[in-house]
Amino acid sequence: MAGHLKRAVAALAFGAALAGFAGMAQAGKTLDTIKQRGQVICGVNTGLAGFGAADSQGNWAGLDVDICRALAAAVLGDANKVRWVPLNTQQRFTALQSGEIDILSRNTTFTLTRDASLGLHQTAITYYDGQGFMVTKKSNIKSAKQLNNSSVCVQAGTTTEKNLNDYFRAQKMKFKPVVFEDFEASKKAFFSGRCQVYTTDASGLASIRNKDAAKPDDYVILPELISKEPLGPVVRRGDDEWFAIVKWTIYALLEAEEYGITQANVEQMKGDPSPAIQRILGSGEDSGKLLGLSKDWAANALKAVGNYGEIFERNVGPKSPLKLPRGANNLWNKGGLMYAPPVR
Amino acid sequence: MNSVPDHPPPAPATRAWSWRSRSFRGLVWQALTISLLLGLAWFLIHNLLENMRVRGIQSGFGFFSQPTGFAIGESLIAFDSQDPLSRAFLVGFLNTLRVALLGILFTTVVGVTVGIGRLSRNFLLRTLCTGYVELFRNVPVLLQILIWYFVITDWFPEVSDAIQPVHGVFLTKSGMSFPVPVFHATHAWIAAGFAVGLALAFLWRAVARRAFERTGLRPPVFWPMTALITLVPLACAAFGTPIELDFPERLDAAIAGGGTVTPEFLAVTIGLSIYTAAFVAEVVRSGIQSVPWGQTEAAHSLGLARGLTLRLVLLPQAVRVIIPPLTNQYLNLTKNSSLAVAIGYPDLISISNTTLNQTGRAVECIAVAMAIYLALSLATAALMNWYNARAAIRER
Repeated sequence: MAGHLKRAVAALAFGAALAGFAGMAQAGKTLDTIKQRGQVICGVNTGLAGFGAADSQGNWAGLDVDICRALAAAVLGDANKVRWVPLNTQQRFTALQSGEIDILSRNTTFTLTRDASLGLHQTAITYYDGQGFMVTKKSNIKSAKQLNNSSVCVQAGTTTEKNLNDYFRAQKMKFKPVVFEDFEASKKAFFSGRCQVYTTDASGLASIRNKDAAKPDDYVILPELISKEPLGPVVRRGDDEWFAIVKWTIYALLEAEEYGITQANVEQMKGDPSPAIQRILGSGEDSGKLLGLSKDWAANALKAVGNYGEIFERNVGPKSPLKLPRGANNLWNKGGLMYAPPVR
Repeated sequence: MNSVPDHPPPAPATRAWSWRSRSFRGLVWQALTISLLLGLAWFLIHNLLENMRVRGIQSGFGFFSQPTGFAIGESLIAFDSQDPLSRAFLVGFLNTLRVALLGILFTTVVGVTVGIGRLSRNFLLRTLCTGYVELFRNVPVLLQILIWYFVITDWFPEVSDAIQPVHGVFLTKSGMSFPVPVFHATHAWIAAGFAVGLALAFLWRAVARRAFERTGLRPPVFWPMTALITLVPLACAAFGTPIELDFPERLDAAIAGGGTVTPEFLAVTIGLSIYTAAFVAEVVRSGIQSVPWGQTEAAHSLGLARGLTLRLVLLPQAVRVIIPPLTNQYLNLTKNSSLAVAIGYPDLISISNTTLNQTGRAVECIAVAMAIYLALSLATAALMNWYNARAAIRER
């Protein structure tokens, strides 16, 4: 009775939390609460290598994880003041809505439905992804167009199921979805050969192939991407200040890369004459005050995790086990889509 | 010795109504309790709706008419992803019902057999049955379902090397495909024949019972009933009904055509049946043992063989003890079928959870799923209570 009972309890708790804590998390309260508590509570993946996963010592690592670390550094001056709450796809929005977490940084796709009807705000995009397919090399399948009549393993509760359906409909192909509640079970079923195809975001496929497959070379990721999956952190509605802090922390990480500020040279760059750099690092005018943060908010974040490019390289880039190319996630002036509004 | 009075003593005269009377106080307490409960319910629901409104979370059941937008792996009725969500829930409900009904059938057969086996005089049979009960009731059912599932998906071959034990039956990691008859208008005659056979069989049973009560001789019941139920439809089929089978065939990446049951369905049904059967076996064993030993002795002294003693004397009396706990086991099986989500069987909970995630309507989806399970369980319980009342001792 493990899974669904827990969820029913979670749902009841959600109801109770909504009923009981009316008035909690009203506008402007999140930042005060975090400062008082001395901790940012961050909802992350239960285990997706490269984005959010705990190692054997219980240390969390990943791109989504680093965003929360940066946030803790910007708000509290210490990147370690984070409490991690691992969430599955079913629990994530409820946990945020009920106030259990301050921010959901868990490879979550931005969509209209989620933005408009769940009482949430999508902040800034931290990873441009798209849904892809993985098959065995043995199957000799080279294109998604050859997947007619196949069984497709997919994890429940994601945008993936809908994209899958849309794609096969548009291609006039048939398929049989096998929808797993449990991420681990979905991977196990695919590797045992229950399905010919596994589908999720391309970054997730790379993570599964390189971390979970017995022999990564036995599997290929097909070239087609069938959807746009802009991933990023999500916050509760009704607290515009906190919303702005999360957004601008991410923008600062992007701007820092643009201006060549790295984890190693933060202190040195504080003396740089460029006003743009001085604004980011707080050595010139105080950009933090407008957000309700200290003057060196962005400098603290950068010292903790480095700029966006460094975060990418460390967690998912070509030198990491995931070996993902920078592609669309490069800066706008290097042929990518990452464009941050100016910190000024 | 006193003579027994002809009439019971007159009931004490009811006291005139008063504010301090016992019945009035009772009424006050009951009214208070009910209003407290209602007030609490109102408070919780009002708070929930109010807070959802404040946070901009939309609510209401209107979304059930939206197109589903996702596909469902297996369905008993035609389903397209453009159909409304309410139909997706129906598909999930039917999938749950399918597991529950088949599971109850298997679990009863296995459970009763093992339960009787535990009382056998044969050492090997008795030990095997005891081992079965102890093994399967002491391992968590979720684990059992997962084990069955991984056994099936690991041991069965890929589509390209599908096993074909019999012509037209394929065993692969995608499940079991088998030929199904193509429906033909004349098949209605077979169905009609089946209904007639069934009616005749029960008629014969009633006649046989009356003959038994009149003469004390037992006319054969089981074999004539079986014959009637099978032969009448077959006779109807003999009148030139074309029997055409839809054979599954192997395509590039899959087996198409025919009927298919998926590994998920197989694992859930097998896992639940075998687990619950261990409990049913215990219910049956304790039920039989609850019949006093004197009944067995009396039956033996009348010259009844062991099998007949069991069938005519012990089981009919044990049934009265067995039914209520058996009902519990049936309800458990139905509710445990929601564990199917773990291995990807699209049951009601699976559909409800997917819908919950696509639409974000957590409260509504869980409320609907709860209401459906409640209705299903109450229906099962009502049916079993009716059977219980029938089997109960009728005092004459």
